[in-house]
Amino acid sequence: MRISWIIAAAWSLALGAAAPAQTPPVEVQAPPPTQGGEDGQLVVDVTGGRRAALPIAVPHMPTPSAADTAAGNTQALGRQVAEIVANDLRNSGLFTPIGPSGLQPVSFPQVTAPDFAYFGTTGAQNLVQGFVQANGNGSLTVGCYLYDVAARTELTRQGYVVQPRDWRRAAHRCADTIFSRLTGEGGYFDTRIVYVSETGPARRRIKRLAIMDYDGANHRFLTNGQWTVLTPRFAPNQQTITFMTYQDERPRVMVYELDSGRTRPLVEQRHMTFAPRYSPDSRYIIFSMAVNGNTDIYRIPVGGGSPQRLTSAPGIDTGGSYSPDGRRIVFESDRGGSQQLYLMDADGSNQRRISFGGGGYATPVWSPRGDLIAFTKTGGFRIGVMAPDGSGERILTGGGYAEGPSWAPNGRAVMFTRGASAGQLWYVDVASGATRRVPTPLGGSDPAWSPLRD
Amino acid sequence: MKTRTSLVAIAVALSLTAGCATRRNADQLPPDPPSESMPEEAGDGMGNEGIAGAALPGSRGDFLQSVGQYGDRILFDFDSYAVDDEDRRILDAQAAWLARYPAVRVTIEGHADERGTREYNLALGDRRANAARAYLESRGVAPGRMQVISWGKERPAVPESNESAWAQNRRAVTVVPQ
Repeated sequence: MRISWIIAAAWSLALGAAAPAQTPPVEVQAPPPTQGGEDGQLVVDVTGGRRAALPIAVPHMPTPSAADTAAGNTQALGRQVAEIVANDLRNSGLFTPIGPSGLQPVSFPQVTAPDFAYFGTTGAQNLVQGFVQANGNGSLTVGCYLYDVAARTELTRQGYVVQPRDWRRAAHRCADTIFSRLTGEGGYFDTRIVYVSETGPARRRIKRLAIMDYDGANHRFLTNGQWTVLTPRFAPNQQTITFMTYQDERPRVMVYELDSGRTRPLVEQRHMTFAPRYSPDSRYIIFSMAVNGNTDIYRIPVGGGSPQRLTSAPGIDTGGSYSPDGRRIVFESDRGGSQQLYLMDADGSNQRRISFGGGGYATPVWSPRGDLIAFTKTGGFRIGVMAPDGSGERILTGGGYAEGPSWAPNGRAVMFTRGASAGQLWYVDVASGATRRVPTPLGGSDPAWSPLRD
Repeated sequence: MKTRTSLVAIAVALSLTAGCATRRNADQLPPDPPSESMPEEAGDGMGNEGIAGAALPGSRGDFLQSVGQYGDRILFDFDSYAVDDEDRRILDAQAAWLARYPAVRVTIEGHADERGTREYNLALGDRRANAARAYLESRGVAPGRMQVISWGKERPAVPESNESAWAQNRRAVTVVPQ
């Protein structure tokens, strides 16, 4: 799909015209993500933790002219886009959306000339407005504007040209833009989740690979449930997914090609292979292989080849995860008697333990920002984070069984499995501790968060 | 553990009395590969239910009759893959039966309880299955007859979250083809 960024002037012209906007959008290169330095005023403090959520008004979005599209009428889409934007912002735990329901309607000309006096009475500090327009070629344009209500200024605007089937993505991109402008960090709403859908009795659980938008929409199954599948991961380049399957009763790592739908074994070994993870450049997969009761971590090119062994200590070495620069790998090992976290260089050298707290540590995953490693604390089954040197351990989840963290692409939130048997997908905002459940049609486990979509 | 001791006694007694079954005929079809969901079903009941003594010699039903209820599996302590004396008695009975049917190949399934992370438990299940296999090999079962598979915590025998269930789920099960 293609999303175009629209130059602001084009929209001023379009909205200023008396007739419904006809001006074709002018495409410009996407601006770099806002670092929050331009006016030195970020509205949301994302590092301090518990600051109150920011009230932000999100009224329904009008259309310059109601038109039927493959995704529905533009009037209905304008309402739905606003609802998705409000949900995304609410889901982050950093915002309290006001509306869309209950707010005074916004006319199309008002999109660029907000009724600040009215929105001031709602208690909103910020305001999101926008529109949905059907284009002559069958595509849709979604405009997205962010305002500071008290200062009566526009903070940012973006336009997205999408095919009707991708209309939800335009809404997520709008929410990502607002999130970035107000927090100074990248967004994570235009993302997908690959996970294991579960149904049936525990003794004969049916586990299918499934993929969906981060908010549960556009759900579809990738495998038919004949074979148990586990622990999928997205390639950083989003071209493949790696996972473990019991296909043909040979538990091993497979690679699924998203475009073709083809699946192939990563490595042909008679021993069980599992726990696959991509390198940040998508060229390699590290995985574990169990040989006669001993498990080590290996590395292999995504396209196949001969595995290179990275660990050799007696015991279970598994759950490897690359640092974002690809130079180091964090993994879990019971070589010292209990499951603990270790670091090594990407070639397997310089192995050293980093976790020393009580209880065990498992399934480490390195944040895309590089600053934290999330893990499962065994015993209580909680999700926690620590710095890569092992300091600053912090538990993020409360009571209840939790396992298997996966980072949002901006490193702000961690998704995980909650519940030992009837699993659910949840995520937690690392700074605020706010948790949300991700809706799934059946049970769910082993979520893996995609990078931001192209 | 006490109940298991008595089961072991029965298993040993059965294995001693199950003596002179005939060898499989050479023209019999080879056994089907074990199916994903069947072994637990067969293992928890007596498998191939029916009149005692009616099981086909060398079949799964024959094996389960010979080793006795739960004689197809050994249980482990939490996060352990150590084979203790009780386990060895169970495996001895299995080895004795396997010695009578040298053409039979088995799959040893390793399992873990739910109190471990998914991937660690896959490795732990592999350890347990290999521990059982190593002992059977020491009792004369050719390694080429034994295939191991780890199910981690994916196939609990008892789908509950309590000590008793966990104890029964930490297991290595010897599965004879149907």
